[in-house]
Amino acid sequence: MMRLPNFRFVAPTSVHEAAELLTSSSGDAMLVAGGTDLLPNMKRRQQTPGTLVGLRHIAELRAISNGDGLTIGAGLTLADLVRTQKVRESYGALWQAAAQVATPQLRNMGTLGGNLCLDTRCNYYDQNYEWRKAIDFCMKKDGGTCWVAPSSTKCLAVSSTDTAPALLALGASITLVSANGSRRIALSDLYRNDGIHYLTRQPNEILTAVHLPESTGWRSAYWKLRRRGAFDFPVLSAAAAAKIAGDGTVESARIVLGAVSSRPIEVAPAASLLVGHALTDEAIARAADAAAQPSRPMDNTDFTLVWRKRMTRVFVTYALRELRGDDVRDLRRRVSRQELL
Amino acid sequence: MNIIGTPRRRVDGRAKVTGQTKFADDVMLPRMVHCKLLRASVPHARIVRIDASRAAAHPGVHLVLTGEDFPIPYGILPVSQDEHALARGIVRFVGDPVAAVIARDEQTAADALDLVVVEYEALRTFAGPADSLAHPTPRIHEYGDTGNIHKLVSLQFGDVEQALAGADRVFEDAFFYQGNTHLPIEQHAAVAARDPDGKLVLWSSTQTPHYVHRALAKTLAMPAAHIRVIATPNGGGFGGKSDPFNHEMVVAKAALVLDRPVKICLTREEVFYCHRGRHPVLMQFTTGVKNDGTITGMHVKTLLDGGAYGSYGVASTFYTGALQTVTYHIPAYKFQGCRVFTNKPPCGPKRGHGTPQSRFGQEIQLDKIAEALAQDPAELRLRIVEQPETLTANYLRVGTIGLSQCIRRVTRAADWSNTFRKLPHGRGVGLACSSYLSGAGLAIYWNDMPHSGVQLKIDRSGGVTAFCGATEIGQGSDDVLVACVAEVLGIDPLDIRPVTGDTDLTPVDLGSYSSRVTLMMGNAAIQAAERARDLLADAVSRKIGVPKDRLVFADRRVFDTEDGSKGVTFSEAVCLAEAAFGTIGTVGAYTPPKSAAKFKGGGVGPSPTYSYSAAIVEVDVDPDTGWTHVPRVWIAHDIGRSINPVLVRGQVEGSVYMALGEALMEEQIFRRLPPRLSGALVHKFPSMLEYKSPTTLDMPEVFTDLIENPDPRGPFGAKEVGQGPLLPVMPAIANAVYDAVGVRIDEVPITPEKILKALDAKAAGKAPRYGPAGFPEIPWPEPLRVAPPWAGGDGTADDKGLRAEGKGLNAESRTPKATSVPS
Ligand SMILES: Cc1cc2nc3c(=O)[nH]c(=O)nc-3n(C[C@H](O)[C@H](O)[C@H](O)COP(=O)(O)OP(=O)(O)OC[C@H]3O[C@@H](n4cnc5c(N)ncnc54)[C@H](O)[C@@H]3O)c2cc1C
Ligand code: SF4
Repeated sequence: MMRLPNFRFVAPTSVHEAAELLTSSSGDAMLVAGGTDLLPNMKRRQQTPGTLVGLRHIAELRAISNGDGLTIGAGLTLADLVRTQKVRESYGALWQAAAQVATPQLRNMGTLGGNLCLDTRCNYYDQNYEWRKAIDFCMKKDGGTCWVAPSSTKCLAVSSTDTAPALLALGASITLVSANGSRRIALSDLYRNDGIHYLTRQPNEILTAVHLPESTGWRSAYWKLRRRGAFDFPVLSAAAAAKIAGDGTVESARIVLGAVSSRPIEVAPAASLLVGHALTDEAIARAADAAAQPSRPMDNTDFTLVWRKRMTRVFVTYALRELRGDDVRDLRRRVSRQELL
Repeated sequence: MNIIGTPRRRVDGRAKVTGQTKFADDVMLPRMVHCKLLRASVPHARIVRIDASRAAAHPGVHLVLTGEDFPIPYGILPVSQDEHALARGIVRFVGDPVAAVIARDEQTAADALDLVVVEYEALRTFAGPADSLAHPTPRIHEYGDTGNIHKLVSLQFGDVEQALAGADRVFEDAFFYQGNTHLPIEQHAAVAARDPDGKLVLWSSTQTPHYVHRALAKTLAMPAAHIRVIATPNGGGFGGKSDPFNHEMVVAKAALVLDRPVKICLTREEVFYCHRGRHPVLMQFTTGVKNDGTITGMHVKTLLDGGAYGSYGVASTFYTGALQTVTYHIPAYKFQGCRVFTNKPPCGPKRGHGTPQSRFGQEIQLDKIAEALAQDPAELRLRIVEQPETLTANYLRVGTIGLSQCIRRVTRAADWSNTFRKLPHGRGVGLACSSYLSGAGLAIYWNDMPHSGVQLKIDRSGGVTAFCGATEIGQGSDDVLVACVAEVLGIDPLDIRPVTGDTDLTPVDLGSYSSRVTLMMGNAAIQAAERARDLLADAVSRKIGVPKDRLVFADRRVFDTEDGSKGVTFSEAVCLAEAAFGTIGTVGAYTPPKSAAKFKGGGVGPSPTYSYSAAIVEVDVDPDTGWTHVPRVWIAHDIGRSINPVLVRGQVEGSVYMALGEALMEEQIFRRLPPRLSGALVHKFPSMLEYKSPTTLDMPEVFTDLIENPDPRGPFGAKEVGQGPLLPVMPAIANAVYDAVGVRIDEVPITPEKILKALDAKAAGKAPRYGPAGFPEIPWPEPLRVAPPWAGGDGTADDKGLRAEGKGLNAESRTPKATSVPS
């Protein structure tokens, strides 16, 4: 069995206490929520924090509040989210994304906050210590070269969170709290296109909540490419949301790509092509072509990069068709192996 | 029959669902210490120096072992004794064990591994067959047919050239079958200890305790009588636990040295390194047919990427050419096989052992032939199915053949005549067939002894204990054992306690491989039970004055067929027999019939009888993306007779599941870093997350049909089911993809990328196909010529084996040229 390295574990019961602990442990501490990402990484010695600050005893992180939109505590599990009627009814993309993360067991443990802060992934990096030693490690951890692109000066590990693209399409913002205070930023500003420094979050900050705007008139959908119907991380995803007038005209739209870069990519030019038009086949094709432009998959996940690139257009098309109201159940059964309705 | 054929809860079901089955990792002993293996981090190198002093001095470390401690090699086949428990001088793949640390706990042992200093001097890396064929040196092993070619086989049965010349059409096709691994849920684990009188005991998740027993005796240079191997129930094996393994030798040695129990449990990554899975095989089929589809002759060439050690590889090589003849009549047949060594984990036997690869090629080629001849592929197959009770061109004696029934049943169930070539674009159905051994006719090492033995202890209480070396690997062999005994003695299966897989307590059974257990153990069990029944009947007959031949054993009673009220209970019968004859114990044994194949190499392929299967798979292929979905599978299997239909169906459905993985996604593949920057050659993703195997959501609906037509050679007529039903599914998927979108994917896995490439090629007016371009030059030896039975042959070679395969090959002058070979 792969074993965890030794570490100290603390279990604060308030955000305030957790923030103090983070600040006082001089950079050696990490937060752990469900642990479904961090603990496997620790077993592989990708991260070796001296202290883990557990978040599961903090009740305030599990609050969910209705008001102007929806505020979701970062400590809610993905299974909690999937069970939340309001999410299912009003924020379809988020519901579909959360429902497709990993497996039922992992969704019971994994949290929304952990999902948004998920480490970037790469076939050369998500390997145990001995394997990485056999390739003399890589730039992201313990080594100097990026084996995906040896001439690259930057790590190209893949943003693999399912909920982030969906939340970006829904226009989410987040609250970060540290011992010095709190700040609210657009979720988009949390991410950086750098496989190593993929978050702008400061090491002493805790993501406490996700805020979603009012959703009246909006529809959203999330399509995830992976080899199997469960278990697998996305290797491409397309999230789309649109505010559609009664006559079918798109008033506002967002299209976001996941897992084709080190951060989720919002493709505003593609979305703007939709505004003022109905979601006709032609309009969808135009937007899907434009949306596929910035897709830059690398050879570090499942499937070949050429095919993943080619699928970008197709998955954006699926998402937009679903927004239009097409019956996609059969397509869902074939592609997602579940209906997700 | 009361028990045979009735669906029953398996005898070990309760323990399994309540979590009480003790697997190897559940064995906990007082004073137990833990072992971890240091594995090579380089693919091919000379070990210049090992310094284990710091590891040995690490607090909590009890012992460090290296190759120095294991001078004697082992290997599953007598012809391939090429493994050492820990590397001596050379490492041959990333993952090859180099040193072992035994410490107070796993973590301490793991920490100490980092303190072992190993200095390597790199040798050329052989990443695939192209490398091994192009460069005879440095040799990965000092033995083998030539250079880095491990094995060359060349066999010819009848005049194939003439047969091809006499055909109306000749088809030549190349196929590639990617390697894949077993992926059992349970990782290999072993515990070794000295028992109180100093003898060695090894508990291990092994499919072959008898062979492990022999290997331990050899490598430890200890009397076998002082070694006891206990095969714990395996959490799945599929062939991956059929070799003696490094970790077993290491903990055994450590337990002897330390006189303390020593445990090892491999990580999932290490299981990928143990491997012994499906060989990647490049193959070429040249087949001549008449216009009506009958085959005139066939020439098959295979090239196997063997990985770093021999394992079962010589047998695997023969198997790629052995079973083509048992499904359809092939009057003239030629087979050439080549296995090379490469610097990757060793390949070996996985479910179907060597035959799924060539079955894949054969069944796709038949589909192509049917199309070219404008025939329905089901009807064509029905026309050429081999006759039952015949001797094939390569001297395999087939028994009953239920293949035609299988084909008829699946085509009816799937509404074939209204679906094949009639579904809308993007949807398709494909058919394929197969056959498999019900046990290999020969043991791994040559001997004249039985392949399976069963001992019964009949108790006064009416309880029976059945002892057999057979190994429960999840397939249900314990259940088959008790069912056979219960049926003969007329008692309940749960009245019988199976004691299996323990070399001290049980008579030898060769192990759970080659689909041999039901047939061989079952026959041995029946013999033992009949001998016991005979003793009991004698005693009862005397007591109640009813002639022996009128006595029936059923419902835990022994009674008169003509007057059911005249009789005794089973336990009374035992008491009577014990009073009459003394303690009641009987034995039974099974030895397969002598093979008709007397030529060198004829030992691989013969079996007491063969199972048959046919499958139809429905696919949905998206022509824009290549995305493939399998909604339904129909499969019919000629089982002879089901001992317990629940288990039989389980094996069929499990086979379909495994086949889908092999066909659509699984691949044991490797990554070579840019050679100018690194010498690394690593397994691409030794993890259950990235090695893709289907989940429950990917599983189609499966319609299983069992053809029950008892074969007199099997126990109550039973044939195998553990491996055969896997084989037709992969080619059926490929054939269905063609039916759906009109492109041939001549290799596995059949991925959306490959389908889309083939569709692109089709759209560009090129061959609508994805697959290997051809077959490389191989320095084949002169074929061993054997006349088929119908040409007056007697199963021996024409020149009486003078040109035995591989002999007389001059390595220098016949160095093969490299051609493009997938690696
Ligand atoms: C087999 C497997 C399959 C998976 N498949 C998927 C998949 O398909 N899609 C997917 O998106 N994910 C997948 N995951 C990853 C993971 O399970 C989920 O992303 C999960 O939501 C992570 O949440 P967690 O609470 O377990 O995170 P943790 O492991 O606890 O934390 C993850 C990271 O986030 C940080 N963190 C956690 N909470 C906070 C917080 N409140 N504020 C700041 N930082 C925080 C941690 O320090 C850590 O760096 C998979 C994991 C496994 C093991
Ligand atoms: S992208 Fe390059 S640097 Fe980043 S994890 Fe992969 S190999 Fe390492």
